[in-house]
Amino acid sequence: MQDVKNSEMLDIYEFYDKMERNKIMLSFKGDITSELLTSILQIMESKLDNLQEEPKIKKKVYNVLVECLQNLYHHLDVDLNDTSEKAKKYRSAIFMIGKIGTEYNIITGNYILNENVSSLREKLNRINVMSKDELKEYYKEILNNDEFSEKGGGGLGMIDIARKSGQKLNFNFVDVDEQFSFFSLNIKIS
Amino acid sequence: METLLIEGSAKTPTIKFDAEQGIIEIKGRSIPENSIEFYKPLIDWLEKYSGKPKTNTIVNIQLEYFNTSSSKCILDVFKKLESINKGGQSQVIINWHYEEDDEDMSEAGEDYQAIINVPFKMVMVQE
Repeated sequence: MQDVKNSEMLDIYEFYDKMERNKIMLSFKGDITSELLTSILQIMESKLDNLQEEPKIKKKVYNVLVECLQNLYHHLDVDLNDTSEKAKKYRSAIFMIGKIGTEYNIITGNYILNENVSSLREKLNRINVMSKDELKEYYKEILNNDEFSEKGGGGLGMIDIARKSGQKLNFNFVDVDEQFSFFSLNIKIS
Repeated sequence: METLLIEGSAKTPTIKFDAEQGIIEIKGRSIPENSIEFYKPLIDWLEKYSGKPKTNTIVNIQLEYFNTSSSKCILDVFKKLESINKGGQSQVIINWHYEEDDEDMSEAGEDYQAIINVPFKMVMVQE
């Protein structure tokens, strides 16, 4: 048997090495379905158990993970019934979780319509300047208004992630084309 | 009135709403993607129960995890209980259970306590 082209081998090693250096425990790229989220959560729960993580940290990581993954599930800007290649591409998302030292890193990335970028950026910036008590008040305010977004998200996810992680939400938007940007979120928990 | 029994799953809690005893229990984890769908029968049951509630209604909430999508539905459940309590036909008490070191769950209880007007007891559970 002949070796496959060297460049391809290097490519996958590069991926592996990058993931190794970032101590990635689990990653996924593709369509985010309810069944997939159930599986990811089950895998992560047993990994956290195997690490014999303190119950307090385990719960925080699990909670933030649920919110991050369900954000991906609820906030896709592409119609699920659209079967075109283009729709398939923009429906795909990425998720990674790693642990460096005692700090967990949860990273998500997904496409977002350009027209939705500024409102999301504003919302995240607003959350990032809030103190612990201000976040608590803001959470209660949104919880108690009667609006429920049609996607069922309720608008509480990001506030809850900020409260539970106790850290700023690191985020970025990358211009992709005239229609879409790529939104990434990196949450640290320690 | 029939008891509402729903067995828990990886993403949904165990439900036991017993009209005969006036005991309402939500236990386990509540992290479904679509919480409105899951909580609809609970709200409907409470609506019926509010017509003829027991003198005392004891509510036990013991959740390990719940997502933000569930948090609005849980508030809806509490608002139904608030109106039952206000009606004067039944004295409602909500027992919010949280594990000793689970500050997030204890804070979540405080959040609800601040929003709804029903006797609310924080119950610490030893692990």
